[in-house]
Amino acid sequence: MALSKVWVHAELTPEGTVAPISLEILAKAREISDVVEVFTGGDGAAIAETVGKHGATKVLATGDISDKLQGVHVGAALAAAIEGGDAPDAVLLGTTYDGRDIAARLSVKLDKPVLTNNTDIDVADGIVVSTQIFGGTQIVKTKFAAGGPAIATFRPKSFVAEETGGAAAEVAELGLVDAGAAGAAKLLNRHVEETSGPKLDEAAVVVSGGRGLGEAGKFDMIEELAKMLKGAPGASRAIVDAGWVPYSYQVGQTGKVVKPTVYIAAGISGATQHMVGMKGSKNIVAINKDPEAPIFGIADLGIVGDVHKVLPKLIEALKAR
Amino acid sequence: MNVVVCVKQIPDPADPGALNPDHTLKRDGKLILDESDSYGVEMALQLVDKAGGGEVTLVSMAPNGEVSGLRTALAMGAAKAVLVSDDALKGAGALDTAKVLAAAVGKAGEYDLVLAATESSDGYTGTVPEQLAALLDLPSITFAKSVEIADGTVKVQRQTEAGYDECEAPLPALVSVTAGVVEPRYPSFKGIMAAKSKPVETVTVADLGLDAGIVGWAGAGQEIVDVAAAPEREAGEVIEDDGESFQKIVAFLDGLKVL
Repeated sequence: MALSKVWVHAELTPEGTVAPISLEILAKAREISDVVEVFTGGDGAAIAETVGKHGATKVLATGDISDKLQGVHVGAALAAAIEGGDAPDAVLLGTTYDGRDIAARLSVKLDKPVLTNNTDIDVADGIVVSTQIFGGTQIVKTKFAAGGPAIATFRPKSFVAEETGGAAAEVAELGLVDAGAAGAAKLLNRHVEETSGPKLDEAAVVVSGGRGLGEAGKFDMIEELAKMLKGAPGASRAIVDAGWVPYSYQVGQTGKVVKPTVYIAAGISGATQHMVGMKGSKNIVAINKDPEAPIFGIADLGIVGDVHKVLPKLIEALKAR
Repeated sequence: MNVVVCVKQIPDPADPGALNPDHTLKRDGKLILDESDSYGVEMALQLVDKAGGGEVTLVSMAPNGEVSGLRTALAMGAAKAVLVSDDALKGAGALDTAKVLAAAVGKAGEYDLVLAATESSDGYTGTVPEQLAALLDLPSITFAKSVEIADGTVKVQRQTEAGYDECEAPLPALVSVTAGVVEPRYPSFKGIMAAKSKPVETVTVADLGLDAGIVGWAGAGQEIVDVAAAPEREAGEVIEDDGESFQKIVAFLDGLKVL
């Protein structure tokens, strides 16, 4: 049973392009629904070609709202459109900052549940989503039982984006509504943290450091190794919370999900919170002093040893090549 | 300056989690204050302190009258707590949890700000704070990595995929805070002793004027149809470092052609 129509959130990057996660979800949406349309809290014409290529036939766009927060305004606009009779069977978004806010506001407006952090969706017998629990060791399947539209958010890299070669999508207005007192928050300024090298969630190689590094200064080794491998540096939550590196480095449940060709975990024990974000890596190398560290349970190559001894030698050896 | 902080009491994340036969999370043992919530409690205490007066009230929901996590937050310095405890809450989803918390916030007295963690460490839906804001008809700024209050306005650095956004909202408002927004204090001995006599008002769903049909399994609007083990990743070779193990890593990377 394919669905008749779904709406997918076309999330915008600071540059105004469509975020990779939205294109990933579009690929799955095409598989489960006859008609796929996107909605965006921004300019529709600018993304019509991209989302068309990925299978969307229509862009519902609010126009520029860059001085506002997305959740309350896009959520209210979607609810108004749905109550106006244009209801899809499902509204699919990324488990991102704005994705969760929009889904949350929409769920209250429609009084329908939202299911987050999903990694798959199936429509053979009702709308059923899959979610990983306990650090990805178990998968729970949950059926929407409150009638449509189903509101679901998906973790990054749950699906693979794929172009279909479709024509540019038709642009239509997603009418904003007065959100009253709840709409009073303002967005004043955007700060984009400059990073060199590949993005953490797109890099073929990720080198991550954890508490085992001992002190903030030792993270330099991680940065150096990542650079030599043309990869991106990452971090466990422990050292992000400790303030050693910015939050944007965090890999895990509350950080980035990565699936590189090689993931090197240095001084990371493997808390479930971390493993959820990296266990999809094609190959995993772990270096840790504790032979009982859970990370060794999923590593393809595990080195029981001191990162302060192993990493400098590894860096020297790679320099010599 | 009165701040309401939503806190969750969860099974210790250091223990392996398990499900009950009805697929709810086992919460039989002692529950602790979710570490994620200690940041909101600390933030609230600092904001009240800076404002020169007011108090911090905790709002929590737990199925079995559990208060040990609340006592930790009270020991940090919160003044009082409202705990919603009711068997009918079993199986609650994010939306009905937000409905219960919204009603409980109504019992907490006048407030200027509602704080919450971005997500709990056990359920991690990451939607409850924003749903709560919608139900209370408040402006909200989620995923805050810095929070300041001046002249009736809350100024927030909001985490984004690419960096952060500078945002502000007039009070009253709701803000959800990320871990690391402040360094949570450890409760002092004096604080722990004082916490024992601080008021915790325990209420049921009916006390809040809510229909039991809108909460828990009855109101979640979802049905768990399957729970299964995920395909396991096989462990590979684990070797003890003998001073030369770096060569193993080089060879491994070479084999993958990433050098």
